[in-house]
Amino acid sequence: MISKKDVEHIAKLARLSLTHNEIEKFQKELGSILDYVNKLKEVDVSDVEPTTHPFMPENIMREDEVNSLPMEKVDKLIKEIPECESRYVKVKRIL
Amino acid sequence: MSDLTTLTIVKAHEGLIKKEFSALELTKAYLDRIREEDEKIHAFLVVLEELAFSQAKEIDDLISLKKETPLLAGIPLAIKDNILIDGIKCTAASKILEDYTATYDATCIKKLKNAGAVFLGKVNLDEFAMGSSCENSAFVQTRNPHDLNRVPGGSSGGSAASVSARLSAGALGSDTGGSIRLPASFCGVVGMKPTYGRVSRYGLIAMASSLDQIGPFAKTVEDAEIIFKTICGEDSLDSTSIEREDIKREKFDIKKLRIGVPKEYFIEGMNLEVEKNIRQAIKKYEELGVKIEEVSLPHTEYAMPVYYIICASEVSSNMARYDGIRYGKRSSKGENLLDTYLNSKSEGLGDEVRRRVMLGTYVLSSGYYDAYYVRAQKIRSLIKQDFDKAFKKVDIILTPTSPCTAFSLGEKTKDPLTMYLSDVFVGAVNLAGLPAISIPCGKVDNLPVGLQLIGKPFDEKTIFEAGKIAENFQAPIMGE
Repeated sequence: MISKKDVEHIAKLARLSLTHNEIEKFQKELGSILDYVNKLKEVDVSDVEPTTHPFMPENIMREDEVNSLPMEKVDKLIKEIPECESRYVKVKRIL
Repeated sequence: MSDLTTLTIVKAHEGLIKKEFSALELTKAYLDRIREEDEKIHAFLVVLEELAFSQAKEIDDLISLKKETPLLAGIPLAIKDNILIDGIKCTAASKILEDYTATYDATCIKKLKNAGAVFLGKVNLDEFAMGSSCENSAFVQTRNPHDLNRVPGGSSGGSAASVSARLSAGALGSDTGGSIRLPASFCGVVGMKPTYGRVSRYGLIAMASSLDQIGPFAKTVEDAEIIFKTICGEDSLDSTSIEREDIKREKFDIKKLRIGVPKEYFIEGMNLEVEKNIRQAIKKYEELGVKIEEVSLPHTEYAMPVYYIICASEVSSNMARYDGIRYGKRSSKGENLLDTYLNSKSEGLGDEVRRRVMLGTYVLSSGYYDAYYVRAQKIRSLIKQDFDKAFKKVDIILTPTSPCTAFSLGEKTKDPLTMYLSDVFVGAVNLAGLPAISIPCGKVDNLPVGLQLIGKPFDEKTIFEAGKIAENFQAPIMGE
């Protein structure tokens, strides 16, 4: 079972703000999902390797080179920034 | 001129090169139909009339110059709204991306553009492709063209409904745990998920990166194959994409085909009429000389729990980028940076997305990582091994796509777990990375049933060939 405190803690880690009602709702829903996935405890997984990519045992690497973007592409990306001041991303204060 | 929207891609291509009609006329036929019918279906989030007409005109010029015309040239397609088209809004059906304009083309879009395909518009999905009914879209509820009170399936519900209602000649969707095959089954069209790595995911808004694959929807298996062959191939922009020859080189021979039927996929609680349709298809294959064998996939019952742990984990990581800083919606509320994160996410993300982010964060958090995430990845290996073993005996595996037909709007929204279980026959395929196709297989109470054919890795060819035979078992059941 997952406690209300757990739900608040995870929400904080995930940067989600939840209302009291939402915390209760998620507590119930996550609880029932976790009960369901606990079924996995009955499987013997000793000597089994985990799978990440089903067919590729190794990562594909490339040269660590800087590929500079053409200005027009940079402009497009900057246009998507919600708040901007002379091509800098503007954010609220941290402290 | 007969209604051009009834034509398959193959027939439309013939008509275009014989100049029976122009690409402009073909595109106009679909746009007219969208205008008339989409008020009821709500498949489209945006219709790209201007772009579509300019693309169609280019193809008409090409044809008049008697240049070589690719099969998809001038063919009007619908694109799921989690796939980027440069300069066009891409929302993933989420409020957080409501005003986001794509800054580049997805690799599959680039390939479709090179082939001359026409983009009719962007179609609806569950928010960030999380859902099985399209009910999690932040914008509209797409309806099933066969019964407007029912869901089209999800998450690629808009793609499936658009093909089913003849609002597009074909479509792109994405499939993480059944999101192409389930809606294809519910809407009575063909939908196909390629082998993991076959199609580049560059420009697909990521949901669960080790499971996501882009794939086609179409009226026929042959049409789906044409779209698939156009979009596949290794891409330096997606390090998980792989170039590999088809594993089957020799000509397809139905008499040499061995089909496995997994006993674990005919479960209690399944709609008996659906089962009857599937059993009939098996019988018809047998009559054609196919060898039918019972196979066992013993870890089937663990596929859904494994899927939801791995999916939620990857979701929680992929969704972290929507923080209101570099793109997407930023909340104006709050005093400091943390408030910006908290408020942007709570204003921008819907319930299902937040539920999966929460679940993923929990199972990845300190103290739970090994118990949940690593254990799930290990059982993922066992699920894959089940398929490997079965494929030593058979060439393809046949199952129902879904234990039921399209459910009613609102029927499964109250309990997330019930909704998750809609994917019980499709999710394991993504965990094992296999190619699979859903093909219409008759109707039950006037609602389409889907037959799923699962292939060996990189053996799309065999499921396409076997699928072309299966689609002739039934009279066509396209939506009106």
